[in-house]
Order: sequence, then C-alpha cells, then structure tokens
Amino acid sequence: MTTPSDSAHSSDTALRSIPEATVLFAGDSGDGMQLTGSQFTLASAHARNDLATLPDYPAEIRAPAGTTYGVSGFQLHFGTVDINTPGDKVDLLVAMNAAALKVHLPRVRRGGTVLLNTDAFTPRDLELADWEDADPLNDDTLEGYHVIDVALTTLTREALSDTDLSKKQVDRSKNMFALGMTLWMYSRPLEPARSWIREKFGDRPAIREANLTVLEKGAHYAETIEAIGVRYEVDPASMKPGTYRTVRGAEAVALGLVAAAAQSGLSVFYGSYPITPASDILHEISKHKNFGVATFQAEDEIAAVGSAIGASFGGALGVCGTSGPGVALKTEAIGLGVMTELPLVVVNMQRGGPSTGLPTKPEQSDLLQAVYGRNGEAPLPVLAPASPGDCFYMAYEACRIATTYMTPVMLLADGYLGNGSEAWRIPDVDTLPPFEVEQTTTPTDANMTTDGDGNPQFLPYVRNSDTLARPWAVPGTPELEHRLGGLEKEHKTGNVSYDPANHERMVKLRAEKVQRVTQTIPPTPVTGPRTGSLLVLGWGSTKGAIDEAVRRCREQDTAVSAAHLRYVWPLPADLAAIIDGFDRVLVPELNNGQLIRLLRDAYKADFVPLNKIQGRPFRAEEICAAINEATNEATGTPAVAS
Amino acid sequence: MADSTSSNGTASDNTKKPSGPPGAKKPAGPPGAKKPAGPPRGTSPKKPTLPPGYGGDSGGDALTRKDFSSDQDVRWCPGCGDYAILATMQRLLPELDVAKEDVVFISGIGCAGRFPYYMDTYGMHTIHGRAPTFATGLKCANPELDVWIVTGDGDALSIGGNHLIHLCRRNLDTQVLLFNNEIYGLTKGQYSPTSEVGKVTKSTPHGSLDRPFNPVAVALGADASFVARTMDRDPKHMKSMMKAAHNHAGTAFLEIYQNCNIFNDGAFFEFTDRNTKADRALFVEDGAPLTFADGDQGLRLDGLTLEAVDLTNGRWSVSDCLVYDSGNREMAHLLGRMFDQPDLPRPFGVLYQTDRPTYEQQLHEQINAVREKRGAGDLQTLLHQGDTWTIEG
Repeated sequence: MTTPSDSAHSSDTALRSIPEATVLFAGDSGDGMQLTGSQFTLASAHARNDLATLPDYPAEIRAPAGTTYGVSGFQLHFGTVDINTPGDKVDLLVAMNAAALKVHLPRVRRGGTVLLNTDAFTPRDLELADWEDADPLNDDTLEGYHVIDVALTTLTREALSDTDLSKKQVDRSKNMFALGMTLWMYSRPLEPARSWIREKFGDRPAIREANLTVLEKGAHYAETIEAIGVRYEVDPASMKPGTYRTVRGAEAVALGLVAAAAQSGLSVFYGSYPITPASDILHEISKHKNFGVATFQAEDEIAAVGSAIGASFGGALGVCGTSGPGVALKTEAIGLGVMTELPLVVVNMQRGGPSTGLPTKPEQSDLLQAVYGRNGEAPLPVLAPASPGDCFYMAYEACRIATTYMTPVMLLADGYLGNGSEAWRIPDVDTLPPFEVEQTTTPTDANMTTDGDGNPQFLPYVRNSDTLARPWAVPGTPELEHRLGGLEKEHKTGNVSYDPANHERMVKLRAEKVQRVTQTIPPTPVTGPRTGSLLVLGWGSTKGAIDEAVRRCREQDTAVSAAHLRYVWPLPADLAAIIDGFDRVLVPELNNGQLIRLLRDAYKADFVPLNKIQGRPFRAEEICAAINEATNEATGTPAVAS
Repeated sequence: MADSTSSNGTASDNTKKPSGPPGAKKPAGPPGAKKPAGPPRGTSPKKPTLPPGYGGDSGGDALTRKDFSSDQDVRWCPGCGDYAILATMQRLLPELDVAKEDVVFISGIGCAGRFPYYMDTYGMHTIHGRAPTFATGLKCANPELDVWIVTGDGDALSIGGNHLIHLCRRNLDTQVLLFNNEIYGLTKGQYSPTSEVGKVTKSTPHGSLDRPFNPVAVALGADASFVARTMDRDPKHMKSMMKAAHNHAGTAFLEIYQNCNIFNDGAFFEFTDRNTKADRALFVEDGAPLTFADGDQGLRLDGLTLEAVDLTNGRWSVSDCLVYDSGNREMAHLLGRMFDQPDLPRPFGVLYQTDRPTYEQQLHEQINAVREKRGAGDLQTLLHQGDTWTIEG
C-alpha cells in the first residue's frame, strides 16, 4: 500500500502562534459533521483554549445527500483570548462536498483556508449543488482563498484497503481523516478523539480500529503534504482559575433544574412534548432520575404544562420545556398558573417564527409572547440566559423565583444557546444562591378563618408581606383543604368572586407581586463608563456578540458602554438610571424590535433599533458597524474603519 | 382508633423544608401500595388500619356528609342532575377509608367543572378538557392522594378527547366521573359530541350531522382498566359505582347519565323513569346472567351477536342467558356496543375491570430503581461529569 508518507515530506511547514481561530466543518447530514466538530471542540478544551461552538443543521434528519439544503455545519471559535462568540468569519472551512462549499464559502474570510474533499466534486455532485455549469475547483470561485485539495474518500479507502469493512463503512470514516488533518493543522492533541473512539466503538473492534487508523492517517497526511504551508498554535487561554468543562445550553438548563431540586429539597417534575430545539433538555434531564427528577413525555404541549402545574399543586416543582409554537399551545394553562399562583417554570428554546417557522434556527422573537402573550392581565417574570453556561444559572434562578413568588416564570433561551457550547467554569455547589422553600403545613391564626358554615377554613390567598406570595399548602396536609381554579379569586379566601372591586384589586396584586421580583435580582452589569453618548443594551443570547463588538469598538477609542438583561421582565429597577446616563441606546435584537418596544413604553430616551431576522446570530462586526453609525450620527464625525 | 395524624407526620411548626421523594411522608409502603393488586375486582379495603370515616381532620370522630360540603352556594340550575351526584359523593366519602386531606377533585370547564368548589376537600377547577393532565402531574407528585377527575361530555370527549384516551392507556390511578348530559349546558344549549344525530339546537337549527361518541366504547377502545356506567336518578347504584371506581387501582372511568333539565330534559328518561327503567336498563352483575324487565327478558349470544330473548314463553330460560364476566374484554365490547342497538336495553354497572400496573407506581419504581443502582445523586459529581480541565490559580 502506498501511504501518504511516501510522498513529498514537508518538514519545513512553518509553525505560527495565533490568538484565535474559527473552524467550520460542513458536509452532508450523514457525513458526521456534528461529531467531527464536537471532537475538535474536545481537543481544543484539552489544549486549554477558551471556546464557543455553534452547530447549524437542517430541520430534516436526512435531507437528500449532496444538496445544499442537506448541508450540516459545526462552527468552532477557540483562542488564547476571551472567546465570546462562535466566530464572525471562518479561518478554515472543511467542505466535505460541493454543496457544503457552495453554502459556506461566503462565510470564509478572504485569505482564509478551504480544505476540500475533491472526491465529492463529480459532475453529479455539482449538479446536486445546483452548480451544473460551474467548475469551482478550477474557475475563479476559490480565488483569494488558500485551498487544500484532499481526495478524502480515496485516501480513506486506501488507508482501510486491508480491512473487511464494507465500502459504506469505510466511506463513513472519512470524517476522521478530516478530523486528523485539522487537529494537526492547529496543533491539537489526538488523544481525546482516540479515547472517544475506543469507548464509542468498544464492542465493534473492526470499526474502532478503522476509525483510529483513519484518524492517524489524516494527521500524518497533514504533516507530510506541502499544501498546508503553515501550522498554527493557539496557546492556552488565561482563564479564571477553576475546573472547566464544555457545556451545551440544553444540557446546562437540565443541570440547573437538577441543581434547583438538590438545593431546595423539592422534587422536580419535568413534563414535556418533544419539539426542536427543546427536546435535548428532556433527553438530558431524564438521565438524572436518581436526583428525584420525574420526567413525563406528555401526549401534547398542553398536557405537558398541565401536568407540570398539577405537580406543583402536589408540592413538586413543575417544569416544562418547549419552543415558541409549544408556548402558544400552553398559553391558557400558563394563565391558570398565574391565577392559581402556583410555581411553574416554562423553558422556551426560541426558534425562528411565526408558526413552524425555522425550527432549527435561533431567533429572539418570542419576547412579547412571553411578556404579554396571554388572555387577561397575566404578568409573569421572564428570564433570558446570556450564554450556554449561563443557562445553568438562569434555570436555577427561574426555579428560585417561581417558588419564592409563587408564580409561573418563563425562561427564554434559543437554539443558539441550546445547541451551542462554551468552556464553562463549573460552579462550587456551596456557592450557589441559597434556595429555601417553605410549604405551609399547619393552620395558624393568620392563615385560617371561620367559613360561612361556622367551620374553620384555610385562607389560600393570604399573602407574604414582602413577596406578596400566597402560601403553598399541598394536598395531603390536614386542615388546609382549599380549592384553586381559573375563576377570579376573592382576596384572602380564594373563593370564586365576581365582585368588580375585588377583580381590580386581584389584578393589581398579581401585577405588584411580579414587579416585586426586582427586589431580589442582582444589579444590572454595565461594561464601560456609566455615562456617555452610547449604550448598547441587549438581552439573552446576544451577549457574546455585543461584548465582542463593544470590546473592539472601545479598543478603537469609540466611546461606548454596554448593559445586558438576563432578568428581562419585570425590567430591573436600576435600568432607568443606567439608561439615563447615555444620550442614545442601541438595542440589538434577533427579531423585528421587541425589547425596544418594552423600553420605549417604560423610559423616555433615544432608543435605536438594530434588528437581524435571518435565523442566525449576530456577528460582532454587524454590531460594531451599528455602534459606529450611531456614534457618527451623534457626533457628526466619519466612521472609524473597522 | 387510628391516630389521625399518623399519616401526616407531626410537623409542629408552621412550615417545613420539603424533603424526600413524593409520598415519602407516608412510610407505609411503596407508591401505589395502598391499593393492593388482588383479589381482582374485589372491594378489598386499602388501609385496614383506618375504619371508614375515621380518617383525617375530625380528630377521630367519624366524618359525615357535612364534613365534605364547602360553605359555597351551589349554583347549578334547580333540578339539575348534578345535585344528586354531588350529594352522593358527599355521602360516599365518609364511608371510604381515605383521610379527608388526601382527597382531591380536579375538574375541567362546564357545569360539571364547578364540582370541586362545593366539596370541602382539596380541589382544582382547571381549564377546558385538560383536567386529566393536571391530575397526572398531581398524582405523580404524590401517589398517596385519592384523585377524582370531574368532567362533562364536551370537556372529556370534545376539547379534552386526547387527554382522556392517554389517561386511560397510561392507567393513572384516578377516578374519572363523566357527567354526560348530551348537551352543552354552560354555553347555553349547543349539541355535544354525545348528542344524537339530527339534534336541533341553537347552533344546529337544521339538525346536527355528526355521529355521537359512546363514552363507554371510547374508554374501552382506549384500554381503560375499569369502565362503568350509572345514572343520576339511581343514587344507590351511583354510589356503589363510585365506590367500585374508587377501589379500583388504575384509571376508573365512570359515565354518569345526568339530566340537564334546561337544555336537554329527559335525554335519559327511558332508562331512568320508573315506568320504563326495568325494560330499558340492564344492570350487570359479575357472575350473574344478563336479565332485565324484572327477569322476564334476558340476553343470549347468537354467534357473536347479542340477542334479547323472552324468558316467559318457555322457549328460553335464565340458563340460556350470557353470564356476565366483567374481566372479559370481548364481553365488555359487546355490552359497550349495545349503545348502537336501540332494540336492546342499555347496560349499567361495571362493564369491564382488569388489573394493570398504574402509571405513577411505575414512574416511582423506575426512579427508585435508578436510585438503587446509582445511589442518590450528588450534585457536585454530576456537574463534573465528562471531560474536565483545571486552570490553576
């Protein structure tokens, strides 16, 4: 067998240290790109880099092979510097076929590297990619890029020519060849991938050995060909001391819920109906039943929320996870949660809408649904994690607020956070905020009255004077029998009441209770000076891109500060003063302008929208451009080139 | 006499920090153990230590009907069949060996939905059609509770049809009381999914077109483990059916023919009226031949078809009649389908009953099995799962 090492050896490949890089693996849905990307991520974690990832895959499980709409991608941004986003522009694109090149080439920076599987550029491949009349390998399509042509399929078959594996099995391992090459190109260790393969295919020795062989061959091939030119090194990041792991947002939500259960002593009941991209929370949390977590795959979205509320009535912490269309179906039940004042956490992994919309693409377009989307006056707190790891803390906070204030809470994450991952500093359990839950178990003078028949009767709507929360007395507790329901409640007694003054009073009490959540949330962090000409104010998953953009602009001496909302509704009490310190407020959102409507309703200030509604997260440069534009409009000076 | 606090711990302060799995406050046995599996179709007592009526709040005095009546004015229309159902339930509960604080009524929307407000127990008036979903979460959170679902024909079979069938197939240990009046009452008189074809109502001035559901057949089709039918005008039978439903471990589906005297008066009079009841209603009993009309008529099997036969003319006798076996699924389907045969009487009683593990019991068994295998979870260990790396300070 002729091995690549017999060909020209390029021992003079230059080695260069770089602060950061962005790599994008792209291929067919069946090419194993998510797996390849995950393994590169793991190797980068082992190289002690800070990192952020973003998978981008089609809604179809196996879209027709070779087509542009069947392209699945995994983007990874890693560095020795702080990494806030999965990367604006791609430094290395690995394109497993023609369609992948066509879809993702526009994302590669000029001068960037493109590694191509030349075996997947046959006339048929080009036709499938709607490139019938083009010849991208030879025309000017790739002009200005550094191209590495690799016959991935051929080389993989050669590497495995002495095995008994079928052609299909052989071809399936070509992603390991690409992984081996790219790991070498960025001086990543091979060992994490090796041990993963050993574990994954432990009971299938032939497949295991094939994958290990191809991985090594890939790395070896990269070392020996001249086309690579430069090998990169990315030094360990100077991260805060602690123990780290990579965590995906969906995983982090599940862990946050388990942590809430463990710290509060409550059982968590997670009711859910499968929906993209929220199902991964159900998958993750159902693994942790030994923490007393009950999971229930309901018959539909309504049953999921109904069961969660029922569980809360029974003294557990009811949680349900879904996406926008599912929240729409749960709306009536969430209103019942508001009326019965039971704890409930609704996780919304937002996706592009309206209707079925873009199931696998992120968007922040459910904010107004979360804040206002129920019949009647039905306010509830809305939280929004800012990064995959932050999903842990905000899920925990959602549980804490739901039980402290006896209210449904909406947690607005999105597919970008849910599927994306980052290097996450694992919290010390003892440093988590205390989570005390008090359920009422005995009658007292304050919570009892004498009813119309002269019998003692529990008062389910007597309120805590600080939080305005009503008592949580669960069925099975003697002497505290009471009825809840969706009909308007009489103050204190909870009896059905159609009294006009009582209705107004109860509407205002429920609103005031939700408003009081602002008492127990941390101050809103501000990056940069607290006064100035421009503040960038975002919420939720856009934090990484905003931080990155503000950092770049400030480096270029543009006067700009940033504040970010994770406690979105009610608006934090300190926000008025923060906004007051600036002439203009730029509000970037992945929607057509939703937070900005809430802000304009609450504050008198010059709010400038920045909206992106493409099913993709912000790139930092887009926000930089908007910052510069807003700054120039204010000062009349020309833009600082970025 | 049993100590009324024995099942509830002895918390002396006002609050407690919740601990342990749902139901842990009653260490008597595993979830679901309160309703022993055998003997099948019996009325075996669940907690023999508590004589009927001695559970819960009253500190040892036997509970009475009054203990289960709330102070709220009952607002159903005068003459409504719901009154009889409410009174029967309030009479039944003191006879059951269940602590008052463990009884919960969960209802949906409609006239029947108001039921929990009139019971001095725990209760929740939920949203239209969804009562089974709330009951599912509640029962899973605390399997020790005695959960009753109160619903109507529109609530259970129209807007809530999906939840009803899934409740039945899961076999959650709960009782479903379906008040069937074959009309929409609270919205003032539109036809319902159980109204007969051609029903003229406000919404169907030229007659309704859709074929009605037969609730019993729906429940049997959804694999309910207990299916029974009764009527508001026979409180004694109704009470025995409620009791049988209660004693069944699993989803007990009880259809109650309930007269709406405002919008559909007399819908069931042929089965309930003194003059016609004997001929038109057949009360099944386990192990007894199927007879009606005071024993003058019976049902026999002609191939796979039920046939009504005259037992007075010497041609047929009681020994020719089908002997009812409520554990026989095929027989249950035959009786369920008598609904479609106007020449046959309508069967009442426990039409089907079988034993099957309950959902909440299996849920907690699974949790306990995982706990036994892996031990109670340690959060710090969980957070450190997978590949980690440490940055030194």
